[in-house]
Amino acid sequence: MKLGKIAVALAAACAAFAAYADITVGVTLSATGPAASLGIPEKNTIALLPTTMGGQKVNYIVLDDASDTTTAVKNVRKLISENRVDVIIGSTITPNSLAMIDIVAEAETPTISMAASARIVDPANPKTKWVFKTPQNDQQMATAIAAHMAGQGVKTVAFIGFNDAYGEGWYQEFIKYADTYKLKIVANERYSRADTSVTGQVLKIMAAKPDAVLVAGSGTPAALPQVTLKERGYAGKYYQTHGIANNDFLRVGGKNVEGTYLPAGPMLVAAQLPDSNPIKKSSLAYIAKYEAAHGKGSISTFGGHAWDAGALLQNAVPAALKKAQPGTKEFRAALRDALEATKEMVGVHGVFNMSPSDHLGFDQRARVMVRIDKGAWKLDK
Amino acid sequence: MDLQIALLLGQDGITNGAIYALLSLALVLVFAVTRVIFIPQGEFVAFGALTLASFQAGKTPGTLWLLIGAGVVVALIDLTLAVRSGMARKIPRIVGWNLIYPAAAAAAVFLLKPSEFPLLLQIVLALALVVPLGPMIYRLAFQPVAEASVLVLLIVSVAVHLALVGLGLLFFGAEGSRTPAFSEVSFDLGLVRVTGQTLWVMGASLLQIVVLALFFERTIYGKALRATAMNRTGARLMGISTVMAGKLSFLLAALIGAFSGILIAPITTVYYDTGFLIGLKGFVGAIVGGLASYPIAAAGAVLVGLLEAFSSFWASAFKEVIVFTLIIPVLVWRSLTTRHVEEDE
Amino acid sequence: MAARLLFGGFLCLVLLAPQVASEFHVTLLNYIGLYAIVALGLVLLTGVGGLTSFGQAAFVGLGAYTTGYLSTAENLPPWLAVFGGSPWMGLLAGLLLTAAVAFVLGLLTLRLSGHYLPLGTIAWGISLYFLFGNLEFLGGHTGMSGIPALSLFGVELRDGRIYYYAIWAVLLGAVWLTRNLLDSREGRAIRALKGGVVMAEAMGVDTARSKVVIFLVAALFASISGWLYAHLQRFVNPTPFGLAIGIEYLFMAVVGGAAHVWGALIGAGLITILKQWLQDWLPKLLGASGNFEVIFFGVMMIFVLQRARDGLWPILTRLMPLRQVQRAVPQGAALPKKPVPAAGQVLLEARNVVKRFGGLVANNNMNLTVKAGEVMALIGPNGAGKSTMFNCISGVDSATEGEVLFCGQAVTGLNSRQIARLGMSRTFQHVRLLPTMTVLENVAIGGHLRGSKGVLPAMLHLERAEELRLLAEAARQVERVGLKDSMFELAGSLALGQQRTLEIARALCADPCLLLLDEPAAGLRYMEKQALADLLRKLRGEGMGILLVEHDMDFVMGLADRVVVMEFGEKIAEGLPEEVQRDPAVLEAYLGGVD
Repeated sequence: MKLGKIAVALAAACAAFAAYADITVGVTLSATGPAASLGIPEKNTIALLPTTMGGQKVNYIVLDDASDTTTAVKNVRKLISENRVDVIIGSTITPNSLAMIDIVAEAETPTISMAASARIVDPANPKTKWVFKTPQNDQQMATAIAAHMAGQGVKTVAFIGFNDAYGEGWYQEFIKYADTYKLKIVANERYSRADTSVTGQVLKIMAAKPDAVLVAGSGTPAALPQVTLKERGYAGKYYQTHGIANNDFLRVGGKNVEGTYLPAGPMLVAAQLPDSNPIKKSSLAYIAKYEAAHGKGSISTFGGHAWDAGALLQNAVPAALKKAQPGTKEFRAALRDALEATKEMVGVHGVFNMSPSDHLGFDQRARVMVRIDKGAWKLDK
Repeated sequence: MDLQIALLLGQDGITNGAIYALLSLALVLVFAVTRVIFIPQGEFVAFGALTLASFQAGKTPGTLWLLIGAGVVVALIDLTLAVRSGMARKIPRIVGWNLIYPAAAAAAVFLLKPSEFPLLLQIVLALALVVPLGPMIYRLAFQPVAEASVLVLLIVSVAVHLALVGLGLLFFGAEGSRTPAFSEVSFDLGLVRVTGQTLWVMGASLLQIVVLALFFERTIYGKALRATAMNRTGARLMGISTVMAGKLSFLLAALIGAFSGILIAPITTVYYDTGFLIGLKGFVGAIVGGLASYPIAAAGAVLVGLLEAFSSFWASAFKEVIVFTLIIPVLVWRSLTTRHVEEDE
Repeated sequence: MAARLLFGGFLCLVLLAPQVASEFHVTLLNYIGLYAIVALGLVLLTGVGGLTSFGQAAFVGLGAYTTGYLSTAENLPPWLAVFGGSPWMGLLAGLLLTAAVAFVLGLLTLRLSGHYLPLGTIAWGISLYFLFGNLEFLGGHTGMSGIPALSLFGVELRDGRIYYYAIWAVLLGAVWLTRNLLDSREGRAIRALKGGVVMAEAMGVDTARSKVVIFLVAALFASISGWLYAHLQRFVNPTPFGLAIGIEYLFMAVVGGAAHVWGALIGAGLITILKQWLQDWLPKLLGASGNFEVIFFGVMMIFVLQRARDGLWPILTRLMPLRQVQRAVPQGAALPKKPVPAAGQVLLEARNVVKRFGGLVANNNMNLTVKAGEVMALIGPNGAGKSTMFNCISGVDSATEGEVLFCGQAVTGLNSRQIARLGMSRTFQHVRLLPTMTVLENVAIGGHLRGSKGVLPAMLHLERAEELRLLAEAARQVERVGLKDSMFELAGSLALGQQRTLEIARALCADPCLLLLDEPAAGLRYMEKQALADLLRKLRGEGMGILLVEHDMDFVMGLADRVVVMEFGEKIAEGLPEEVQRDPAVLEAYLGGVD
């Protein structure tokens, strides 16, 4: 009889434990290393994510992968085997996210990446089945730029980008759409984040006499080519990517970046959106929360990707909780299904409508064209 | 490529080369005196520029906290040693440099408003915060292992570099900064437009090289450093303290580094981790000079600058591949033409 | 015995670890193993060989990219198709490619002396990194995914716990090979690279070849690590092969103890675990807002190096009950000897040798001969040019003008290695020995040219028979010069006089017909001098020719058959000891004139 009592007690304990099991979210992001300017606002945002979802307490375990794939993979293995996380958010950059896919798929842990490349979720296969992402695909942004250029009568374009995965990804996407819009790429240059001079590249670009220049870099390092072009007297149109969307870029670029066009998530110009746009409200709420914690003007659109990841989870968790308890394989599968079933979820970068073949779920509402005007971001209509 | 482009590239290469040359001089100096390959040299470049930028943005630069922190640690260690060995007469000096000086610097930063200073004063204040870190780092990291092998010193150097880069990210964040130019002048010289800042960079580099040369030729401290560089044991027997020589060489290296940073901040964006690659290129120049000859080191550094400018024009994606691959034959040539005593480690 | 037990315990731990450790700890152990394989190459290259390389990460990349490309590419060019499809062929191709690249880079950069070498390695380290990133067929900067898992006998090594055994088998295999190599004739040549190049060359060691050998071995270890990495990670992009990681590998080797094989493992383990530990604990201690890990890591490393500049392994061995065991004197059959020249035959003839250093004439028109079975002494005041003459004869330096004949063959212009091969052996005025090796091992370097087995047999320990004969020969020479009691002590712990005697044993181990001794009696006590004189007389009796530079007049005059006196680079007298002692020019030179 004693044995039976123990069994009952154990079962009760288990049930109690299960009932109070917290949801564990593992995060790996690039808070140091070359991608730190993206990873830091993301890390700051994670601290602002809701601490309860669907009535359950949520624990976040945040690890830094130093912009390095080996560390990212190690972090993921730790989160899965040691911390038994229910879901992973990360990583900040494309190579790290790609390297994580195999492991999260094997461990059947849903993962929300904050990196740009479409390769992370496409094509849909048994591995990418477990992976979602929140940032707009480069291609979505690239078409916007190409279309805008065509609209402005641009015929020839020079490209200058980071000598890393970011610049490479952008170039590959951009050339695809350049053809569609009859744009001729007359120069294709690369530079490194830490370069002190891009005079050589700029001279080559100017010798090619393009109608417009597209700079593909992220954060303040994207200012250098444009400043140098301005100083050398290049008078054509300037385009940047959404990678520059923080106020530090405006500070460093100063008057040299006036009139620059870039595609961006709507949160960059949230205050200028029409009130009818649902994104306005969510964006302003996020911005207020972030700036309350980190000071006025500290907002960066990259933090928004982390916020959206949190919002996706908050939206999906209640459905998953109905099917299974956190900490179980079933819960992870249910959470994955719930994420895939996300419909009309309003984030700060767009509205998510996921499907088995689309693990990003953004439409045209997820990007706007922005112009830099008098040292501020202006919605370009 | 036409003549104009070639001239522009040449100008660009020489401007960057001038900075590399300055750094290469500092590296040669530090190596000759202490046998340390001073990898953190680049961090001083970043610290100098970003401290100045912080003043201009009306922020308190994190380097102030580093100065105070390092000062307290040095003071604690040195005071303990002084008390234990009964050298009470050393105490005022230790307290003065490591506690009172940082406190005075802090007072200057907080009580006066550096953001309203004229540029020159801001620069002086930035240097006053960053440069003393050189000797403090020597005291904390290198002095205890001064007699170790070059390899161990190199690895300590890497460790210091890692710690300083980490601190740089903490202090200044991941985004970069630019500072206003020293002068807005620009004029056309034949085919090429010359800006005031490039002239400043070249002129200031040249001036520093001359001042350094005079320092080594004319002053007692300069001569002491040269003596230590030539023969450490001999110099010590002649009463030149190796510790003093080490600290002095680090002070000069920090000064050169921080000033280089301030010079380039108006023409490029400086980030917390900018320094490493700049320092590395200075290092290339220094090695081409055999870590011994100042003029050849400077020439090597300018060569690196030129190589970089032209390869970024020809094939920008492969710039580093080209620059560093072309360095190898130069190294082979230098290695074959300089006689080495192999037997020392 | 204690060492055996410890090692046995360690092996058990290694075998059991994946069964008891948590999954993540196994993951960490996997990375430690991968890093340790690379660091092991650096121990050989940098710690033992004295060649600092920052570029090992690039070789890891070569291994990883080769297998990654070959196992994922769909349309391989026909000439590569043989290597496609299987990770094992990827390993083979990676090793071949790495060997080829390392050989070319080695030929270029190993010529670099001093600090040119580390910079050279930085240069190609950076070049290769950007090359990986800009080659589209390698996936560019973004990387290459879909690399298959390894499979062995039809079993996929997907599980980290199983993969662990693959990694650690390779690591332990590499440790075994490295230890074997270092404990061999080739290994002694390698250990002489750091601080003993001139001496090793004079003993007939081709030091340039030894450098290439360790460079290749280190590169191949790195390449295998890269291959294992690619199939563990199943994704390859350039960041893990950049300069920063190259520096980190060096870091591991130095922190662990760069001169010790196990230092690589200790270093890799310590750094990986420390980083993990910092990542786990710092946010809890300091809050999650900043990124303090790298700062603390740097500061802790400075602290570790200040406390243990030779790395952690030497400290650990001091804590462990491992005492240097007195080994038995090696016994083995005698090595073949060269035929002894007939007594009185001219062995060495220097004709009108001139040596100038810039404007300074160190030797002017020097002539001297040494015959088999005689002791010829070269004397003169300090700075007379005796050692320069020695260097010209032995090929350490080459004469500006004039001719040196050895056994009737012109040797002017030959290097010391080639001259050693002809049967000349020497000692040095400033003792050149390897202080961290035992007396026996130091002496065995002298016998380098008497063995022939190469690197591969040494790594696999297939040359034990020859090695035993070499060591036995060395032991005989150690006994012969009277150092038997110190045979297994470290050469650096001997008194200066004994170190000089050791140099003689080393020279004798080469089986020379002409022995060049540079101040052999300096620092010896009276009894030791007597013993040395007896030994030299005995050698002379056996038909050896001996050329001696010495200051101790009593020693010289009692021993030499003929004497040549030098002053200001020129010969001022030659003849029998008694004649020379009475020569007025000699008295003038030594005593500043006779009143």
